[in-house]
Amino acid sequence: MRALRTPVGLAAGLLLVLLALLAVFAPLLWGSRADAIDTDALQQGASAQHLLGTDALGRDIFYRVLVATRLTLGLALVATFVGVTAGLVLGSLPSVLPRWAGRLVTSAVNIAVAFPGLLLALFFAVIFGTGTVGAVLAIAFAITPSFARLTQTLTASVSGRDFIAAARVCGVGRFRLLVRHVLPNIAEPLVINATLAAGSALTAFAGLSFLGIGVQAPSYDWGRLLGEGLNRIYVSPAPALGPAVAVVLAGLAFNLFGEAAASAASHRQVVRQRSKPLHESTVEERDGEGVLTVRNLRVSFPGAAGWITPVRGVSFTVGQGEMIGVVGESGSGKSLTALAVSRLVEDPGVVTADRLEFAGKPVTETSPRELGTSLAMVFQDPMTTFNPTRRIGRQLAEVSEVHHGMSRKAAFERVVDRLRAVRIPSAAKRARQYPHEFSGGMRQRAMIAMGLMGEPRLVIADEPTTALDVTVQREVLRLLARVREERSAAVLLISHDITVVAQTCDRVLVMYAGRIVEELPTAELFTSARHPYTTALLAAVPDLETDRDAPLAVIPGRPPEPAEIGAGCPFAPRCPVADERCRNEEPELTEVEDGHRVACWRLVEGLPGLDDAMPDEKCRDGELRAGRVS
Amino acid sequence: MTQVVERRVTGGSWLPFARRRAVRFLTSLWVLVTAAFLMIHLIPGDPAREALGMTASPDVVNARREALGLNDSLLTQYWHYLGDLFSGDLGTSLVSGTPVADLIGDRLPATLQLAVTAFLVVVVVAVPVGVVMAVLTRGGRRRGAELGFTSTSVVLAAIPEFLLAVGLVSLFGVALGWLPVAGRDAAGSSVLPVLALAIGPAAVLARIVRVELLSVLGNDFVRTARAKRLPARLVYVRHALPNALTATLTLGAMMLAGMVAGTVLVENVFAWPGLGSTIVGSIQQKDYPAVQGIVLVYGTGVLLVNLGVDMVLALLDPRSTIREA
Amino acid sequence: MSELRFERVSLQYGSLRAVDAVDLTVPAGQVVGLVGESGSGKSSLAAAAVGLVPPTAGRILLDGTDVQRLRRRDRGLQMVFQDPYSSLDPRMSIGGSIAEAMPRGVDKRAEVARLLELVNLDPGRAASLPARLSGGQRQRVALARALAGQPKVLIADEITSALDVSVQGAVLNLVRDLQRRLGLSMLFISHNLAVVRYVSDRIAVMRAGTIVEEGPAGQVLADPQHGYTRELLAAAPSRHTSLWEDAS
Repeated sequence: MRALRTPVGLAAGLLLVLLALLAVFAPLLWGSRADAIDTDALQQGASAQHLLGTDALGRDIFYRVLVATRLTLGLALVATFVGVTAGLVLGSLPSVLPRWAGRLVTSAVNIAVAFPGLLLALFFAVIFGTGTVGAVLAIAFAITPSFARLTQTLTASVSGRDFIAAARVCGVGRFRLLVRHVLPNIAEPLVINATLAAGSALTAFAGLSFLGIGVQAPSYDWGRLLGEGLNRIYVSPAPALGPAVAVVLAGLAFNLFGEAAASAASHRQVVRQRSKPLHESTVEERDGEGVLTVRNLRVSFPGAAGWITPVRGVSFTVGQGEMIGVVGESGSGKSLTALAVSRLVEDPGVVTADRLEFAGKPVTETSPRELGTSLAMVFQDPMTTFNPTRRIGRQLAEVSEVHHGMSRKAAFERVVDRLRAVRIPSAAKRARQYPHEFSGGMRQRAMIAMGLMGEPRLVIADEPTTALDVTVQREVLRLLARVREERSAAVLLISHDITVVAQTCDRVLVMYAGRIVEELPTAELFTSARHPYTTALLAAVPDLETDRDAPLAVIPGRPPEPAEIGAGCPFAPRCPVADERCRNEEPELTEVEDGHRVACWRLVEGLPGLDDAMPDEKCRDGELRAGRVS
Repeated sequence: MTQVVERRVTGGSWLPFARRRAVRFLTSLWVLVTAAFLMIHLIPGDPAREALGMTASPDVVNARREALGLNDSLLTQYWHYLGDLFSGDLGTSLVSGTPVADLIGDRLPATLQLAVTAFLVVVVVAVPVGVVMAVLTRGGRRRGAELGFTSTSVVLAAIPEFLLAVGLVSLFGVALGWLPVAGRDAAGSSVLPVLALAIGPAAVLARIVRVELLSVLGNDFVRTARAKRLPARLVYVRHALPNALTATLTLGAMMLAGMVAGTVLVENVFAWPGLGSTIVGSIQQKDYPAVQGIVLVYGTGVLLVNLGVDMVLALLDPRSTIREA
Repeated sequence: MSELRFERVSLQYGSLRAVDAVDLTVPAGQVVGLVGESGSGKSSLAAAAVGLVPPTAGRILLDGTDVQRLRRRDRGLQMVFQDPYSSLDPRMSIGGSIAEAMPRGVDKRAEVARLLELVNLDPGRAASLPARLSGGQRQRVALARALAGQPKVLIADEITSALDVSVQGAVLNLVRDLQRRLGLSMLFISHNLAVVRYVSDRIAVMRAGTIVEEGPAGQVLADPQHGYTRELLAAAPSRHTSLWEDAS
């Protein structure tokens, strides 16, 4: 009933209640007036006495419209009920029947659903004959195929999920599977669609009655009243318009209510625009002139309860030809950082920064041409990053056609050359293929080749190998490393896998809860990491040398959601060495050695006497304490 | 699994697709023909008696049974029916005595004129409107415009075409007297029927286009196109739109089929001399051969529309040929 | 303690032979790790074992009995799936999901509480819906559900690959701990060699539907016989080797 919370849903709901009341009470209150024949007032137009005029027998059309509510709604609801039930049965049969029978039902439904409802209704009207019962059945069976199809599609989408397989493994029978697992999970869309179906059944019924093959005299519904009124529309429009308005209003009530319920179900959030987020300038100025300079980068999105800031003041520099790794768990803000520095965060996201410079110029002032040719992007899922409807070659060539003004032919030649450069065999043939004809690793290489269409000074690779097999992963990583060497491009490699970064990069940035918590050279990662999160992460990930007899170190709890981050260090709740200060005040990223920055109070405190290695010891200690099943 | 897909594709996916699709079309056509044939036999009681009424003498009823071929065995009747269909014989109308094929030949052009014009209007109006609305309201921008657009389209889509027709008649035909209210002869007589038929579907299609385009705009490859720093126009027209069309066309096909049926109601309001006004009369007069013939024509029309759309889809989106294998 | 044995098991999907005459034994009370890349057929093998797909050829034996002849509930085989966000019915309480897997005649309420405790979850949460749990907690519930079926053999299919690295360790520890305490036989499937190494007593390497190498974990890792095993070992990211080592 979330639908009632929106104004449209509320109005539609009230209208439905009004209709229901009319259906119940109108025949009792005005039944006799609607049937009263008045030979003195035949076929009158609208007047104060007869609001919508009178019909051929002098009966008052306004009251007839009110009284007809019961028959009209009743018939529509009966037809919907019969149709929906039949559709539900037909749609769930395939999951209970033996396979061949199920297929037969499915293909029968597939054929029937191609025919529009009205045509089916006419077809059934011939079989069942004209009249009320015939029309109810005709409309019910016209609804059936589409509802069966809907049930099938929804069932199939649920059946593909693992919990169904899990229940099957547990020995749950087909029928119980359907009733306990499938139907509850598709009930919501089914109810919504049944509401919409009731709306269209109502109008379809009106249509049939209007055509004279629905309700027959002396019974009358809105459609029949409309048909009678239409003959005189030139003389007096009110007798036709009255029932027409009634049909439209009732149809709308069902439709709008269904729509409101549907959008409430899809959890569409109403975003309240509040004042844009403030950004505080809290970063030390260490001027490193690099390919990419980022100072106090923040990315915010409007949420239900104000602004959410998944990236909260990130600062780093990528030097010429450097390979930098960014490590973090999902939700740490690493991918968003990549999108923000390449100006790909779209409205309503807001990006602010004290400095955000690419090749010595603020990114906001860099022309699209320059960004398009000297900043290359490689994204995570190679299956979705290419446009499936265009050939690979065309997608690569676009860069040169748009930014270098190359001819189609010249651009294609460059495409073949670049595909060769990333070692794609028979490049010319491959360039004419569609993305789905490429394997995952090959697509990722084509993506890198796309970056090479220009003269990249920086390649931003966001989890480029997460979706790939290990052997392919290594090839792609090697390719990135080669691009960097041969073209002296800098690389920003984002990964959740600290080992991958350690193997590939010069420096590593560790992100947690939207901030960099540690930055250090990869050579020192395994020996001198200082932040409790970094050390815990290193201990928690098993590699081929992990001691098999000891339990793995674990980090208790889970990373915070952006909205949960309070005043203190966001890692404090999971940190074995956290104290009062950690919980109340967030530490800044501070340089502890040349090229090594850490954001941790416990370490900063211990800094003067670093040689006594107190904090480090404590960290190891905490790790051991945490090293049990939580 | 990737390997399988690759193999299937390099081996040419068009031929199997065309074969599969042809099989489906022919099966559906067969089902349609059989359903049209069985329609008469599913009528409870004796269709000849039904048609002639209770007062007709047994001789007359029997003669009618003979004329309809109802006295033969079901299989023989079916066989004759199929044979006649192949030779273009759809039977003879019981009411007018003219061949049903001639009747359809007379009336079909008027219906086609209405349906095709209305469809063109729908596409020409709905696609640009949907695209513009999607671009304007992407990422939760311009909430007001979005709300206005969605509510208007829901309201327009919920009004059945025959009521719209009545409204249009009373406004432009009766109150303002600008356009003819009925018939096909006067100049501008097709304007109101086409509008009545097109407005609802146009609203639905515009909505679909917008929703589909919005979901495509959220795709990774659109981000790739933006990362290439292509002009916004290219991102929308070249990368987003073709991908949105796939789903749009699939749903659009169902809508177009619905419009074919919608002509029935609209023709009745405007006394348009097409198939739609004929079939209703035939149903009321229990002129079974005529109903059979017209149902076949409508049904075949729907099947052809679906076939055409699938072909266009296969051209637009090469993956769709390997889907649903 | 039971032994699970695959005897020349094949699985065919259309023209694709996903599993090709595989022989593999999970000895009683031991963990066999099955590594391979995507599409190698390892998940198909698991699906065949628990009866989600019938093998096209060959037999799957549990203590010498063909599992095809047993009803699913009586098979004594349970499985934990990869994605804990998909493997629990969002409309069913976690207690309900766990109870569903139990054999008849068990005090369901008490057993649910015991199992939740076993996987280190608060038994008071039995009535919660999965949406209220984190990924790691859901995977524990999935584990509890598998145990509710009183399995003799447990099959774990990529159970940590959908989890965040900081959570993965806890689930791995739990699996190892439970396996030892309950004496379960286990087939542990993963693409991650380091994870398989940590959990398994024996390791089998699968490629293109066949097992290319199988043996005690230490031996397979220290002295791989098959070229593909060596390739996998070389490609596995390691903190002590560089990207370029072993370039062939």
